[in-house]
Amino acid sequence: MIKHLFDGVPRRGLLMLAVLFAVLLALPYFVSGYLITVLILILYFAYVGQAWNIMMGFAGQLSLGHALYVGLGAYAAAALYVHFGISPWIGLGASIVISAAAGAAIGFLAFRFGVAGVYFAILTIAFAEFARIGFDHFAWVQGSSGLFLPVANYTQNDLWNLRGSPTMFYYLVLGMTACAFILSHLLLRSRMGYYWLAIRESPEAAQALGINIFRYKMYAVVLSAAMTSLAGVVFAFFYNNLFPEQVFSISRSIELILGPIIGGVGTLVGPLVGAFLLTALAEGMGEMLLRLGVDVPGIKQVFYGICLLLVVMYLPDGVWPPLSKLLGLDHKTPDRGEG
Amino acid sequence: MAALLEVDGISKSFSGLRAVQEVSFTVPEGEIVGLIGPNGAGKTTCFNLITGVYRPDAGQVRLAGQRIDGWRPDEICQAGLARTFQLVKPFAGLSVMENVVVGALNACSTVAEAREKSKIVIEKIGLWSKRDQAAAALTLPERKLLEVARALATGPRILLLDEVMAGLRPTEMNTMVALFQELNASTGLTILLIEHVMRAVMTLSRKVVVLHHGQVISSGTPDEVTRDPAVLECYLGEEAL
Repeated sequence: MIKHLFDGVPRRGLLMLAVLFAVLLALPYFVSGYLITVLILILYFAYVGQAWNIMMGFAGQLSLGHALYVGLGAYAAAALYVHFGISPWIGLGASIVISAAAGAAIGFLAFRFGVAGVYFAILTIAFAEFARIGFDHFAWVQGSSGLFLPVANYTQNDLWNLRGSPTMFYYLVLGMTACAFILSHLLLRSRMGYYWLAIRESPEAAQALGINIFRYKMYAVVLSAAMTSLAGVVFAFFYNNLFPEQVFSISRSIELILGPIIGGVGTLVGPLVGAFLLTALAEGMGEMLLRLGVDVPGIKQVFYGICLLLVVMYLPDGVWPPLSKLLGLDHKTPDRGEG
Repeated sequence: MAALLEVDGISKSFSGLRAVQEVSFTVPEGEIVGLIGPNGAGKTTCFNLITGVYRPDAGQVRLAGQRIDGWRPDEICQAGLARTFQLVKPFAGLSVMENVVVGALNACSTVAEAREKSKIVIEKIGLWSKRDQAAAALTLPERKLLEVARALATGPRILLLDEVMAGLRPTEMNTMVALFQELNASTGLTILLIEHVMRAVMTLSRKVVVLHHGQVISSGTPDEVTRDPAVLECYLGEEAL
């Protein structure tokens, strides 16, 4: 698989990616404080967007409840750390198992009983809501009063326990995003990737061509849930507090999927571009208004709404397809994979 | 010698409406068999029963002696029975090549191998110049060809074609007929086709099965069938007039 890593990637695109990655690697030496947290947020959304994109963009299964997997992942690792001092990297195992199991349960219910399209999306919302209400009354993790992680002075970065400076988190999330990007790229060129796209385009035709659509849809949901769960762990240890009302809220689920939608559903670069545009612009605008002495609550939501509106109206495929054309990266490689 | 495909007394009702009643016929290995009948005769329902879209209420379907009724469509495809859809279902967002690769993966162990196989199929089917186009950009005849190419790429022992000639111009139809004759002659591919275009059915098939009101009313060589009074009355008679 590794030898096919660069298959079908235009040389120019590869160069741009390399430059982008180098710039992102070097950034913490030039910026700090607030900007680093904004960058962390961008990369975080890019990562989760990539995970969601596997399920929706590739396999065509719309999840509007991805906050469920973030929340389950966050709570599992955080609770294990708070109660038993277990490292989040070990806790991550539990997080992944729990989130993947939740994904598998939702997938099984839906795909076994033919719940598809918007009804599937509603099912995903329902499960996230179950979790929100359930965790409100889950005393072991302090219910609605919230779970807090002990905060020490960040004199030294402790990667093992995820206690440290924002810069440490920045590199961690950068690594995660890069891995998710590469994984998505490899998946798209694999048997599973072809099967997912086929299922997305026409489930009946896919099945008639010998694809076990139940199994491959399950793979997509479970993988997406497991990847999202890792984001939840990082989220918990970066913010050090978890409230069911926030973590599992439907607005979180929506926030997670705006990036890939605005960037371009089903594209590799879309989630990156979308996360950057949304977060950078929203934060930048908030900051600018604050400097001007205008403090408008909810300005971010208004901004998201306007962005979504504009994209839906003028760029129904997202920002990336036309942008890639502009950058000269859009050519359909003849015989994908032999470039 | 047992037939490759044996349909043995299959029936299917939809909320009381008996769409297919005790239909039996066989498709011998290496043959091309036509399934004809007026609109609503139950031809496509028969196809859906054979390919696993519906489960028969009664009766059996056997592929090379093995019962396949009640199997899922993907299992039936893996067993060597591929089909096309009357209303074409291309993977619109994917290129022609990618469409065919999806089919070829059924018969190949790696993506690279599937890609090689797809090239051969696309070349043969005559879509080579369109291989990098999105399927959404194809014309209807091209989509029909793509439908056939995808099914062929799965490496079937028997191919079920559901009205692939409908909507084609005469020259396009001739090309398609020649293609199936060539495939049948060179690879021994068995074909069962539903077709409304009589000329195509009569040219291609050595055996024809006629359905009417969900029942087989006649079967035999094209000549025999076209002389059968029952067939003439229900179907061909009207057209001949």
